[in-house]
Amino acid sequence: MNWFLLTQLLANGLIVGMLYGVVAMCFVLIYKSTQVVNFAQGEFLVLGAWVCLAMVVKAGLPFYIAFPFTLVFMTIFGILIQTVILRPLIGEPIISIIMVTIALSIIMQSILNWTFGNSSASFPQIFPVENVSLFGLQVETAYIMSLVLSVFVMALFYAFFQYSKYGLAMRATAYDQQAAQSLGVSVGQVFAMSWAISAVVSGIAGIIIGIVSGVSSSLAVIGIKVFPAVIVGGLDSIVGAIVGGVIIGLLENLAEFVDGQYLQWGNLYTIAPFYVLIIILVIKPYGLFGTRDIERI
Amino acid sequence: MLQVATEPKKAVAMENDTLLAVDNIEVVYNEYVLVLRGLSLEVQRGSITALLGANGAGKSTTLKAISGLLKSEDGKITRGDIKFDGQIISNQEPDTTVRSGISQVMEGRRIIQDMTVLENLKLGAFTRTDRANIADDIDLVYSYFPRLKERTGLAGYLSGGEQQMLAIGRAMMARPKLILMDEPSMGLSPLLVKEVFGIIKKLNRDFGVTILLVEQNAAMALSCASHGYIMENGKIVLDGTAAELRENEDIKEFYLGGSGERKSFKNIKSFKRRKRWL
Repeated sequence: MNWFLLTQLLANGLIVGMLYGVVAMCFVLIYKSTQVVNFAQGEFLVLGAWVCLAMVVKAGLPFYIAFPFTLVFMTIFGILIQTVILRPLIGEPIISIIMVTIALSIIMQSILNWTFGNSSASFPQIFPVENVSLFGLQVETAYIMSLVLSVFVMALFYAFFQYSKYGLAMRATAYDQQAAQSLGVSVGQVFAMSWAISAVVSGIAGIIIGIVSGVSSSLAVIGIKVFPAVIVGGLDSIVGAIVGGVIIGLLENLAEFVDGQYLQWGNLYTIAPFYVLIIILVIKPYGLFGTRDIERI
Repeated sequence: MLQVATEPKKAVAMENDTLLAVDNIEVVYNEYVLVLRGLSLEVQRGSITALLGANGAGKSTTLKAISGLLKSEDGKITRGDIKFDGQIISNQEPDTTVRSGISQVMEGRRIIQDMTVLENLKLGAFTRTDRANIADDIDLVYSYFPRLKERTGLAGYLSGGEQQMLAIGRAMMARPKLILMDEPSMGLSPLLVKEVFGIIKKLNRDFGVTILLVEQNAAMALSCASHGYIMENGKIVLDGTAAELRENEDIKEFYLGGSGERKSFKNIKSFKRRKRWL
Protein backbone atom coordinates (compact mmCIF):
# COMPACT_ATOMS: atom_id res chain seq x y z
CA MET A 1 0.00 0.00 0.00
CA ASN A 2 1.37 3.33 -1.03
CA TRP A 3 0.78 5.46 2.06
CA PHE A 4 2.47 8.50 0.67
CA LEU A 5 0.26 8.62 -2.39
CA LEU A 6 -2.80 7.99 -0.25
CA THR A 7 -2.13 10.93 2.10
CA GLN A 8 -1.29 13.14 -0.87
CA LEU A 9 -4.55 12.22 -2.55
CA LEU A 10 -6.55 12.68 0.65
CA ALA A 11 -5.05 16.13 1.17
CA ASN A 12 -5.96 16.85 -2.41
CA GLY A 13 -9.45 15.57 -1.83
CA LEU A 14 -9.90 17.76 1.20
CA ILE A 15 -8.81 20.88 -0.66
CA VAL A 16 -10.89 20.17 -3.75
CA GLY A 17 -13.76 19.07 -1.52
CA MET A 18 -13.74 22.36 0.34
CA LEU A 19 -14.02 24.10 -2.99
CA TYR A 20 -16.93 21.86 -3.97
CA GLY A 21 -18.39 22.77 -0.61
CA VAL A 22 -18.14 26.47 -1.39
CA VAL A 23 -19.88 26.06 -4.74
CA ALA A 24 -22.48 23.77 -3.17
CA MET A 25 -23.11 26.46 -0.58
CA CYS A 26 -23.89 28.93 -3.35
CA PHE A 27 -26.27 26.47 -4.90
CA VAL A 28 -28.03 25.80 -1.59
CA LEU A 29 -28.22 29.51 -0.84
CA ILE A 30 -30.21 30.14 -4.00
CA TYR A 31 -32.35 27.07 -3.58
CA LYS A 32 -33.09 27.84 0.03
CA SER A 33 -34.01 31.46 -0.27
CA THR A 34 -35.61 31.55 -3.71
CA GLN A 35 -36.62 27.92 -4.41
CA VAL A 36 -34.78 28.01 -7.68
CA VAL A 37 -32.60 25.08 -8.75
CA ASN A 38 -29.77 26.85 -10.48
CA PHE A 39 -28.39 24.69 -13.27
CA ALA A 40 -26.17 27.55 -14.40
CA GLN A 41 -24.05 27.44 -11.24
CA GLY A 42 -21.12 25.95 -13.16
CA GLU A 43 -21.26 28.72 -15.76
CA PHE A 44 -21.04 31.31 -12.98
CA LEU A 45 -17.66 29.81 -12.12
CA VAL A 46 -16.49 29.95 -15.72
CA LEU A 47 -17.67 33.53 -16.08
CA GLY A 48 -15.83 34.67 -12.96
CA ALA A 49 -12.65 32.93 -14.04
CA TRP A 50 -12.72 34.31 -17.58
CA VAL A 51 -13.50 37.85 -16.53
CA CYS A 52 -10.67 37.86 -14.02
CA LEU A 53 -8.28 36.29 -16.53
CA ALA A 54 -9.24 38.82 -19.20
CA MET A 55 -8.54 41.67 -16.81
CA VAL A 56 -5.16 40.21 -15.89
CA VAL A 57 -4.01 39.15 -19.35
CA LYS A 58 -5.77 41.49 -21.79
CA ALA A 59 -6.02 44.63 -19.67
CA GLY A 60 -2.75 43.97 -17.92
CA LEU A 61 -4.09 44.68 -14.44
CA PRO A 62 -2.29 43.13 -11.50
CA PHE A 63 -4.15 40.22 -9.92
CA TYR A 64 -4.93 41.96 -6.65
CA ILE A 65 -6.83 44.67 -8.56
CA ALA A 66 -8.49 42.37 -11.08
CA PHE A 67 -9.79 40.12 -8.30
CA PRO A 68 -11.98 42.69 -6.48
CA PHE A 69 -13.13 44.11 -9.81
CA THR A 70 -14.29 40.65 -10.84
CA LEU A 71 -16.24 40.38 -7.61
CA VAL A 72 -17.97 43.69 -8.29
CA PHE A 73 -18.77 42.49 -11.79
CA MET A 74 -20.21 39.23 -10.44
CA THR A 75 -22.37 41.10 -7.91
CA ILE A 76 -23.93 43.19 -10.64
CA PHE A 77 -24.30 40.13 -12.84
CA GLY A 78 -26.08 38.17 -10.09
CA ILE A 79 -28.50 40.99 -9.35
CA LEU A 80 -29.22 41.47 -13.06
CA ILE A 81 -29.92 37.78 -13.63
CA GLN A 82 -32.29 37.73 -10.70
CA THR A 83 -34.20 40.90 -11.49
CA VAL A 84 -34.38 40.51 -15.25
CA ILE A 85 -34.78 36.78 -15.73
CA LEU A 86 -36.01 35.20 -12.52
CA ARG A 87 -38.17 37.82 -10.88
CA PRO A 88 -40.92 37.59 -13.51
CA LEU A 89 -40.98 33.84 -12.89
CA ILE A 90 -41.91 34.05 -9.22
CA GLY A 91 -44.94 31.87 -8.63
CA GLU A 92 -44.46 29.87 -11.83
CA PRO A 93 -44.23 26.08 -11.56
CA ILE A 94 -40.83 24.70 -10.60
CA ILE A 95 -40.40 22.93 -13.93
CA SER A 96 -40.55 26.20 -15.89
CA ILE A 97 -37.97 27.71 -13.59
CA ILE A 98 -35.70 24.70 -14.07
CA MET A 99 -36.08 25.01 -17.84
CA VAL A 100 -35.10 28.65 -17.60
CA THR A 101 -31.96 27.97 -15.58
CA ILE A 102 -30.96 25.18 -17.97
CA ALA A 103 -31.44 27.61 -20.84
CA LEU A 104 -29.41 30.17 -18.95
CA SER A 105 -26.65 27.61 -18.60
CA ILE A 106 -26.61 26.83 -22.32
CA ILE A 107 -26.78 30.47 -23.37
CA MET A 108 -24.02 31.48 -20.98
CA GLN A 109 -21.88 28.60 -22.20
CA SER A 110 -22.21 29.71 -25.81
CA ILE A 111 -21.63 33.37 -25.09
CA LEU A 112 -18.56 32.54 -23.02
CA ASN A 113 -17.15 30.29 -25.74
CA TRP A 114 -17.88 32.96 -28.29
CA THR A 115 -16.19 35.79 -26.42
CA PHE A 116 -13.30 33.99 -24.76
CA GLY A 117 -12.67 31.14 -27.17
CA ASN A 118 -12.80 27.41 -26.89
CA SER A 119 -9.26 26.71 -25.80
CA SER A 120 -8.07 26.82 -22.27
CA ALA A 121 -5.85 29.55 -20.92
CA SER A 122 -3.90 29.82 -17.72
CA PHE A 123 -3.23 32.61 -15.30
CA PRO A 124 0.29 33.98 -15.26
CA GLN A 125 2.31 33.00 -12.22
CA ILE A 126 0.67 34.69 -9.24
CA PHE A 127 2.66 33.31 -6.35
CA PRO A 128 6.44 33.63 -6.21
CA VAL A 129 6.85 30.01 -5.11
CA GLU A 130 5.01 27.27 -6.88
CA ASN A 131 5.25 24.58 -4.23
CA VAL A 132 5.55 24.59 -0.50
CA SER A 133 6.37 21.62 1.63
CA LEU A 134 3.89 20.91 4.39
CA PHE A 135 4.42 18.01 6.82
CA GLY A 136 6.53 16.32 4.20
CA LEU A 137 3.90 16.75 1.48
CA GLN A 138 4.51 18.83 -1.60
CA VAL A 139 1.57 21.18 -1.92
CA GLU A 140 1.04 23.78 -4.59
CA THR A 141 0.80 27.30 -3.20
CA ALA A 142 -2.40 27.77 -5.16
CA TYR A 143 -3.90 24.82 -3.28
CA ILE A 144 -3.06 26.43 0.03
CA MET A 145 -4.65 29.65 -1.16
CA SER A 146 -7.66 27.66 -2.24
CA LEU A 147 -8.00 26.09 1.20
CA VAL A 148 -7.54 29.39 3.03
CA LEU A 149 -10.03 31.19 0.81
CA SER A 150 -12.58 28.38 1.12
CA VAL A 151 -12.40 28.47 4.90
CA PHE A 152 -12.53 32.24 4.84
CA VAL A 153 -15.64 32.28 2.64
CA MET A 154 -17.31 29.71 4.88
CA ALA A 155 -16.54 31.71 8.01
CA LEU A 156 -17.93 34.79 6.30
CA PHE A 157 -21.10 32.91 5.38
CA TYR A 158 -21.48 31.73 8.94
CA ALA A 159 -20.99 35.19 10.44
CA PHE A 160 -23.34 36.72 7.90
CA PHE A 161 -26.20 34.34 8.60
CA GLN A 162 -25.65 34.25 12.34
CA TYR A 163 -25.10 37.86 13.22
CA SER A 164 -26.09 40.28 10.49
CA LYS A 165 -29.61 41.55 10.19
CA TYR A 166 -29.74 40.79 6.48
CA GLY A 167 -28.56 37.27 7.16
CA LEU A 168 -31.40 36.79 9.62
CA ALA A 169 -33.81 38.25 7.10
CA MET A 170 -32.61 35.79 4.46
CA ARG A 171 -33.02 32.85 6.80
CA ALA A 172 -36.48 34.04 7.74
CA THR A 173 -37.43 34.42 4.10
CA ALA A 174 -36.20 30.92 3.40
CA TYR A 175 -38.32 29.57 6.22
CA ASP A 176 -41.53 31.53 5.71
CA GLN A 177 -41.72 34.16 3.02
CA GLN A 178 -44.95 35.76 4.08
CA ALA A 179 -44.00 35.93 7.74
CA ALA A 180 -40.74 37.60 6.77
CA GLN A 181 -42.67 40.10 4.67
CA SER A 182 -44.97 40.85 7.57
CA LEU A 183 -41.90 41.84 9.57
CA GLY A 184 -40.79 44.33 6.97
CA VAL A 185 -38.35 42.22 4.97
CA SER A 186 -38.45 43.04 1.29
CA VAL A 187 -38.49 39.67 -0.42
CA GLY A 188 -37.33 41.10 -3.73
CA GLN A 189 -34.28 42.53 -2.04
CA VAL A 190 -33.52 39.21 -0.34
CA PHE A 191 -33.81 37.35 -3.64
CA ALA A 192 -31.47 39.75 -5.41
CA MET A 193 -29.06 39.55 -2.51
CA SER A 194 -28.91 35.76 -2.53
CA TRP A 195 -28.19 35.68 -6.27
CA ALA A 196 -25.53 38.34 -5.88
CA ILE A 197 -23.82 36.47 -3.05
CA SER A 198 -24.04 33.21 -4.93
CA ALA A 199 -22.56 34.76 -8.09
CA VAL A 200 -19.72 36.43 -6.21
CA VAL A 201 -18.74 33.33 -4.29
CA SER A 202 -18.98 31.19 -7.42
CA GLY A 203 -16.74 33.73 -9.11
CA ILE A 204 -14.17 33.33 -6.34
CA ALA A 205 -14.31 29.55 -6.69
CA GLY A 206 -13.95 29.86 -10.46
CA ILE A 207 -10.87 32.04 -10.12
CA ILE A 208 -9.27 29.63 -7.64
CA ILE A 209 -9.82 26.65 -9.89
CA GLY A 210 -8.69 28.71 -12.85
CA ILE A 211 -5.41 29.45 -11.10
CA VAL A 212 -4.91 25.82 -10.13
CA SER A 213 -5.82 24.10 -13.35
CA GLY A 214 -6.33 26.71 -16.05
CA VAL A 215 -9.44 28.43 -17.30
CA SER A 216 -11.69 26.76 -19.84
CA SER A 217 -15.32 25.93 -20.31
CA SER A 218 -14.70 22.58 -18.64
CA LEU A 219 -14.76 24.43 -15.31
CA ALA A 220 -18.52 24.18 -15.56
CA VAL A 221 -18.17 20.50 -14.69
CA ILE A 222 -17.87 21.63 -11.07
CA GLY A 223 -21.47 22.76 -11.37
CA ILE A 224 -22.45 19.15 -12.00
CA LYS A 225 -20.21 17.77 -9.26
CA VAL A 226 -22.08 20.01 -6.91
CA PHE A 227 -25.25 17.98 -7.27
CA PRO A 228 -24.01 14.89 -5.46
CA ALA A 229 -22.47 17.16 -2.82
CA VAL A 230 -25.68 19.03 -2.26
CA ILE A 231 -27.85 15.94 -2.21
CA VAL A 232 -25.53 14.11 0.16
CA GLY A 233 -25.67 17.06 2.53
CA GLY A 234 -29.35 17.82 2.13
CA LEU A 235 -30.72 20.34 -0.34
CA ASP A 236 -31.50 22.99 2.21
CA SER A 237 -28.57 22.81 4.58
CA ILE A 238 -25.55 25.04 4.18
CA VAL A 239 -23.48 23.01 6.63
CA GLY A 240 -24.59 19.93 4.75
CA ALA A 241 -23.35 21.44 1.51
CA ILE A 242 -19.87 21.88 2.94
CA VAL A 243 -19.75 18.40 4.44
CA GLY A 244 -21.18 16.98 1.23
CA GLY A 245 -18.55 18.80 -0.80
CA VAL A 246 -15.72 17.48 1.33
CA ILE A 247 -17.14 13.95 1.22
CA ILE A 248 -17.35 14.07 -2.57
CA GLY A 249 -13.84 15.50 -2.86
CA LEU A 250 -12.37 12.82 -0.61
CA LEU A 251 -14.33 10.07 -2.34
CA GLU A 252 -13.13 11.10 -5.75
CA ASN A 253 -9.53 10.94 -4.68
CA LEU A 254 -10.03 7.73 -2.77
CA ALA A 255 -11.61 6.19 -5.84
CA GLU A 256 -8.67 7.45 -7.85
CA PHE A 257 -6.31 5.74 -5.42
CA VAL A 258 -8.12 2.42 -5.38
CA ASP A 259 -8.51 2.53 -9.12
CA GLY A 260 -4.91 3.47 -9.81
CA GLN A 261 -3.40 1.00 -7.37
CA TYR A 262 -5.60 -2.05 -7.64
CA LEU A 263 -8.43 -2.02 -10.15
CA GLN A 264 -6.94 -0.23 -13.13
CA TRP A 265 -10.40 0.48 -14.57
CA GLY A 266 -9.73 4.11 -15.22
CA ASN A 267 -12.10 7.00 -14.54
CA LEU A 268 -13.61 5.43 -11.46
CA TYR A 269 -13.28 8.80 -9.75
CA THR A 270 -15.88 10.46 -11.96
CA ILE A 271 -18.61 7.98 -11.16
CA ALA A 272 -17.84 7.16 -7.53
CA PRO A 273 -19.62 10.26 -6.19
CA PHE A 274 -22.79 9.31 -8.01
CA TYR A 275 -22.79 5.79 -6.57
CA VAL A 276 -22.53 7.31 -3.13
CA LEU A 277 -25.31 9.70 -4.04
CA ILE A 278 -27.61 6.79 -4.80
CA ILE A 279 -26.72 4.93 -1.62
CA ILE A 280 -27.29 7.99 0.54
CA LEU A 281 -30.60 8.74 -1.09
CA VAL A 282 -31.72 5.21 -0.30
CA ILE A 283 -30.70 5.44 3.35
CA LYS A 284 -31.41 9.09 4.09
CA PRO A 285 -33.70 10.66 1.51
CA TYR A 286 -33.42 14.09 3.13
CA GLY A 287 -29.62 13.98 2.90
CA LEU A 288 -27.34 13.93 5.90
CA PHE A 289 -28.30 17.37 7.15
CA GLY A 290 -31.55 18.08 5.36
CA THR A 291 -34.15 19.51 7.66
CA ARG A 292 -37.52 18.19 8.42
CA ASP A 293 -40.04 20.39 10.15
CA ILE A 294 -39.92 20.58 13.90
CA GLU A 295 -42.76 18.54 15.31
CA ARG A 296 -44.05 19.61 18.66
CA ILE A 297 -45.42 16.82 20.76
CA MET B 1 -76.58 53.80 19.85
CA LEU B 2 -76.40 50.89 17.61
CA GLN B 3 -76.77 50.97 13.92
CA VAL B 4 -77.00 48.30 11.37
CA ALA B 5 -75.06 49.30 8.33
CA THR B 6 -76.98 48.01 5.39
CA GLU B 7 -75.21 50.24 2.94
CA PRO B 8 -71.42 50.34 2.95
CA LYS B 9 -70.92 53.25 5.23
CA LYS B 10 -68.75 56.14 4.09
CA ALA B 11 -66.07 56.76 6.67
CA VAL B 12 -66.63 59.98 8.50
CA ALA B 13 -64.23 62.79 7.67
CA MET B 14 -60.90 62.12 9.32
CA GLU B 15 -60.76 63.27 12.87
CA ASN B 16 -57.58 63.89 14.68
CA ASP B 17 -57.78 60.81 16.82
CA THR B 18 -58.46 58.38 14.00
CA LEU B 19 -55.31 56.40 13.39
CA LEU B 20 -56.58 54.02 10.75
CA ALA B 21 -59.48 54.60 8.42
CA VAL B 22 -60.52 51.92 5.99
CA ASP B 23 -62.85 53.54 3.53
CA ASN B 24 -65.20 51.40 1.50
CA ILE B 25 -62.60 48.98 0.16
CA GLU B 26 -63.14 46.18 -2.25
CA VAL B 27 -60.63 43.33 -2.41
CA VAL B 28 -60.32 40.95 -5.30
CA TYR B 29 -58.26 37.78 -5.30
CA ASN B 30 -56.89 36.34 -8.53
CA GLU B 31 -58.54 39.11 -10.54
CA TYR B 32 -62.04 37.74 -10.07
CA VAL B 33 -62.81 36.49 -6.58
CA LEU B 34 -64.46 39.35 -4.72
CA VAL B 35 -63.77 38.93 -1.01
CA LEU B 36 -64.38 42.33 0.57
CA ARG B 37 -67.33 44.24 -0.81
CA GLY B 38 -67.16 47.76 0.42
CA LEU B 39 -65.75 47.49 3.90
CA SER B 40 -65.26 50.52 6.10
CA LEU B 41 -63.93 50.77 9.60
CA GLU B 42 -62.10 53.19 11.81
CA VAL B 43 -59.62 52.62 14.56
CA GLN B 44 -59.11 55.34 17.14
CA ARG B 45 -55.61 56.14 18.28
CA GLY B 46 -54.70 54.28 21.44
CA SER B 47 -57.72 51.99 21.39
CA ILE B 48 -58.26 48.28 21.11
CA THR B 49 -60.75 47.62 18.35
CA ALA B 50 -62.19 44.18 17.75
CA LEU B 51 -63.18 42.82 14.36
CA LEU B 52 -65.44 39.80 14.74
CA GLY B 53 -67.15 37.46 12.38
CA ALA B 54 -67.55 33.89 11.29
CA ASN B 55 -65.01 31.91 9.32
CA GLY B 56 -64.66 33.16 5.79
CA ALA B 57 -66.18 36.55 6.53
CA GLY B 58 -63.02 38.24 5.34
CA LYS B 59 -61.44 39.27 8.62
CA SER B 60 -57.95 38.06 7.81
CA THR B 61 -58.25 39.53 4.33
CA THR B 62 -59.03 42.90 5.89
CA LEU B 63 -55.85 42.74 7.95
CA LYS B 64 -53.82 41.67 4.95
CA ALA B 65 -55.30 44.50 2.92
CA ILE B 66 -54.11 46.94 5.57
CA SER B 67 -50.63 45.42 5.90
CA GLY B 68 -50.11 44.93 2.18
CA LEU B 69 -49.59 41.18 2.45
CA LEU B 70 -52.48 40.76 0.06
CA LYS B 71 -50.08 41.15 -2.84
CA SER B 72 -48.22 37.97 -2.08
CA GLU B 73 -51.52 36.12 -2.30
CA ASP B 74 -52.52 37.61 -5.62
CA GLY B 75 -55.02 39.92 -4.00
CA LYS B 76 -55.61 43.58 -4.71
CA ILE B 77 -57.61 46.48 -3.38
CA THR B 78 -59.65 47.54 -6.38
CA ARG B 79 -61.77 50.27 -4.83
CA GLY B 80 -61.69 52.57 -1.85
CA ASP B 81 -58.65 53.43 0.15
CA ILE B 82 -56.93 52.93 3.46
CA LYS B 83 -55.60 55.88 5.38
CA PHE B 84 -53.09 55.45 8.15
CA ASP B 85 -52.01 58.47 10.13
CA GLY B 86 -53.31 60.72 7.37
CA GLN B 87 -51.56 58.94 4.52
CA ILE B 88 -53.03 56.63 1.94
CA ILE B 89 -51.43 53.20 2.24
CA SER B 90 -53.61 51.06 -0.03
CA ASN B 91 -51.71 48.54 -2.16
CA GLN B 92 -48.42 49.46 -0.54
CA GLU B 93 -45.54 46.99 -0.28
CA PRO B 94 -45.62 45.22 3.08
CA ASP B 95 -42.16 46.42 4.08
CA THR B 96 -43.17 50.04 3.53
CA THR B 97 -46.20 49.48 5.72
CA VAL B 98 -44.07 48.12 8.52
CA ARG B 99 -41.76 51.10 8.21
CA SER B 100 -44.69 53.48 8.48
CA GLY B 101 -45.65 51.92 11.81
CA ILE B 102 -47.96 48.94 11.34
CA SER B 103 -46.94 45.53 12.66
CA GLN B 104 -48.85 42.36 12.12
CA VAL B 105 -49.20 39.27 14.28
CA MET B 106 -50.30 36.79 11.68
CA GLU B 107 -52.79 34.02 12.07
CA GLY B 108 -51.11 30.88 13.35
CA ARG B 109 -48.28 32.92 14.89
CA ARG B 110 -45.86 32.25 12.04
CA ILE B 111 -42.72 32.47 14.10
CA ILE B 112 -39.53 31.34 12.41
CA GLN B 113 -39.24 27.92 13.95
CA ASP B 114 -35.65 27.16 13.07
CA MET B 115 -34.32 30.32 14.68
CA THR B 116 -33.93 31.01 18.38
CA VAL B 117 -36.23 33.23 20.42
CA LEU B 118 -33.63 35.98 20.45
CA GLU B 119 -33.16 35.80 16.68
CA ASN B 120 -36.91 36.02 16.18
CA LEU B 121 -37.03 39.14 18.30
CA LYS B 122 -34.10 40.67 16.44
CA LEU B 123 -35.88 39.95 13.21
CA GLY B 124 -38.85 41.92 14.52
CA ALA B 125 -36.59 44.96 14.65
CA PHE B 126 -35.49 44.48 11.03
CA THR B 127 -36.85 47.80 9.80
CA ARG B 128 -35.38 49.82 12.63
CA THR B 129 -32.33 51.95 12.19
CA ASP B 130 -31.63 52.83 15.83
CA ARG B 131 -29.44 49.84 16.57
CA ALA B 132 -28.47 50.98 20.06
CA ASN B 133 -31.99 50.74 21.47
CA ILE B 134 -32.77 47.28 20.13
CA ALA B 135 -31.05 45.48 23.00
CA ASP B 136 -33.05 47.53 25.51
CA ASP B 137 -36.26 46.69 23.72
CA ILE B 138 -35.43 43.00 23.78
CA ASP B 139 -35.07 43.24 27.55
CA LEU B 140 -38.36 45.09 27.67
CA VAL B 141 -40.09 42.30 25.76
CA TYR B 142 -38.54 39.77 28.13
CA SER B 143 -39.93 41.72 31.07
CA TYR B 144 -43.42 41.30 29.66
CA PHE B 145 -42.86 37.66 28.72
CA PRO B 146 -40.46 36.33 31.35
CA ARG B 147 -41.05 32.80 30.10
CA LEU B 148 -39.39 33.56 26.79
CA LYS B 149 -36.13 34.52 28.42
CA GLU B 150 -35.66 31.05 29.85
CA ARG B 151 -36.05 29.40 26.47
CA THR B 152 -32.73 29.31 24.69
CA GLY B 153 -33.42 26.64 22.12
CA LEU B 154 -35.15 26.88 18.77
CA ALA B 155 -38.45 28.71 18.73
CA GLY B 156 -40.09 25.68 17.13
CA TYR B 157 -39.91 23.85 20.43
CA LEU B 158 -41.87 26.49 22.32
CA SER B 159 -45.39 25.67 23.45
CA GLY B 160 -48.31 27.21 21.60
CA GLY B 161 -48.79 29.90 24.23
CA GLU B 162 -45.13 30.78 24.26
CA GLN B 163 -45.10 30.98 20.48
CA GLN B 164 -48.02 33.39 20.60
CA MET B 165 -46.19 35.51 23.15
CA LEU B 166 -43.09 35.47 20.97
CA ALA B 167 -45.15 36.55 17.97
CA ILE B 168 -46.60 39.46 19.94
CA GLY B 169 -43.21 40.40 21.36
CA ARG B 170 -41.70 40.24 17.89
CA ALA B 171 -44.37 42.59 16.55
CA MET B 172 -43.63 45.00 19.42
CA MET B 173 -39.95 45.04 18.46
CA ALA B 174 -40.71 47.25 15.46
CA ARG B 175 -42.09 49.90 17.84
CA PRO B 176 -45.33 50.10 15.89
CA LYS B 177 -48.13 52.61 16.27
CA LEU B 178 -50.66 49.97 15.29
CA ILE B 179 -50.60 46.20 15.70
CA LEU B 180 -52.89 44.02 13.63
CA MET B 181 -53.56 40.82 15.55
CA ASP B 182 -55.08 37.87 13.81
CA GLU B 183 -56.60 35.42 16.25
CA PRO B 184 -54.19 35.46 19.14
CA SER B 185 -56.38 32.93 20.96
CA MET B 186 -56.08 30.28 18.26
CA GLY B 187 -55.36 26.85 19.67
CA LEU B 188 -54.76 28.06 23.22
CA SER B 189 -56.34 26.79 26.43
CA PRO B 190 -58.85 29.14 28.10
CA LEU B 191 -56.35 29.97 30.82
CA LEU B 192 -53.69 30.91 28.29
CA VAL B 193 -56.19 32.92 26.28
CA LYS B 194 -56.85 34.96 29.39
CA GLU B 195 -53.15 35.46 29.96
CA VAL B 196 -52.51 36.50 26.37
CA PHE B 197 -55.39 38.97 26.40
CA GLY B 198 -54.18 40.34 29.72
CA ILE B 199 -50.83 41.02 28.09
CA ILE B 200 -52.46 42.63 25.05
CA LYS B 201 -54.37 45.00 27.33
CA LYS B 202 -51.24 45.76 29.29
CA LEU B 203 -49.24 46.55 26.16
CA ASN B 204 -52.03 48.83 25.00
CA ARG B 205 -52.10 50.63 28.33
CA ASP B 206 -48.34 50.89 28.89
CA PHE B 207 -47.22 51.88 25.41
CA GLY B 208 -50.37 53.43 24.01
CA VAL B 209 -50.06 51.12 21.03
CA THR B 210 -53.27 50.85 19.04
CA ILE B 211 -54.54 47.35 18.40
CA LEU B 212 -56.88 46.01 15.77
CA LEU B 213 -57.91 42.59 16.95
CA VAL B 214 -59.45 39.89 14.79
CA GLU B 215 -61.02 37.15 16.86
CA GLN B 216 -63.26 34.12 16.88
CA ASN B 217 -63.48 34.28 20.64
CA ALA B 218 -65.96 37.15 20.66
CA ALA B 219 -66.58 37.21 24.40
CA MET B 220 -62.91 37.59 25.15
CA ALA B 221 -62.32 40.15 22.43
CA LEU B 222 -65.25 42.33 23.47
CA SER B 223 -64.16 42.20 27.08
CA CYS B 224 -60.90 43.94 26.31
CA ALA B 225 -61.81 46.05 23.28
CA SER B 226 -63.40 49.45 23.45
CA HIS B 227 -65.07 49.22 20.09
CA GLY B 228 -66.15 46.37 17.88
CA TYR B 229 -67.14 45.63 14.32
CA ILE B 230 -69.06 42.58 13.15
CA MET B 231 -68.34 41.28 9.66
CA GLU B 232 -70.30 39.03 7.40
CA ASN B 233 -69.63 38.20 3.78
CA GLY B 234 -67.02 40.84 3.28
CA LYS B 235 -68.98 43.69 4.82
CA ILE B 236 -69.42 45.29 8.20
CA VAL B 237 -72.95 44.50 9.33
CA LEU B 238 -72.85 45.97 12.80
CA ASP B 239 -70.65 48.20 14.86
CA GLY B 240 -70.68 49.92 18.20
CA THR B 241 -68.86 50.17 21.48
CA ALA B 242 -67.89 46.89 23.06
CA ALA B 243 -70.46 47.36 25.83
CA GLU B 244 -73.26 47.88 23.32
CA LEU B 245 -72.24 44.85 21.33
CA ARG B 246 -72.09 42.69 24.43
CA GLU B 247 -75.72 43.59 25.16
CA ASN B 248 -76.96 43.11 21.61
CA GLU B 249 -79.37 40.19 21.37
CA ASP B 250 -78.24 39.01 17.94
CA ILE B 251 -74.63 38.99 18.91
CA LYS B 252 -75.41 37.20 22.12
CA GLU B 253 -77.08 34.53 20.10
CA PHE B 254 -74.64 34.21 17.23
CA TYR B 255 -71.27 34.96 18.75
CA LEU B 256 -71.42 34.87 22.51
CA GLY B 257 -73.27 31.60 22.83
CA GLY B 258 -76.84 31.75 24.18
CA SER B 259 -78.86 34.79 25.09
CA GLY B 260 -79.45 34.08 28.72
CA GLU B 261 -82.47 31.80 28.89
CA ARG B 262 -82.56 28.61 26.96
CA LYS B 263 -84.89 28.67 24.01
CA SER B 264 -87.37 25.95 23.44
CA PHE B 265 -87.16 24.09 20.19
CA LYS B 266 -90.75 25.05 19.49
CA ASN B 267 -89.80 28.68 19.19
CA ILE B 268 -87.05 28.10 16.73
CA LYS B 269 -88.16 28.39 13.20
CA SER B 270 -87.55 25.23 11.32
CA PHE B 271 -87.04 25.28 7.65
CA LYS B 272 -88.92 22.47 6.03
CA ARG B 273 -88.24 21.70 2.49
CA ARG B 274 -91.05 23.13 0.51
CA LYS B 275 -92.90 20.84 -1.81
CA ARG B 276 -91.99 21.51 -5.32
CA TRP B 277 -93.75 20.43 -8.44
CA LEU B 278 -91.60 17.37 -8.77
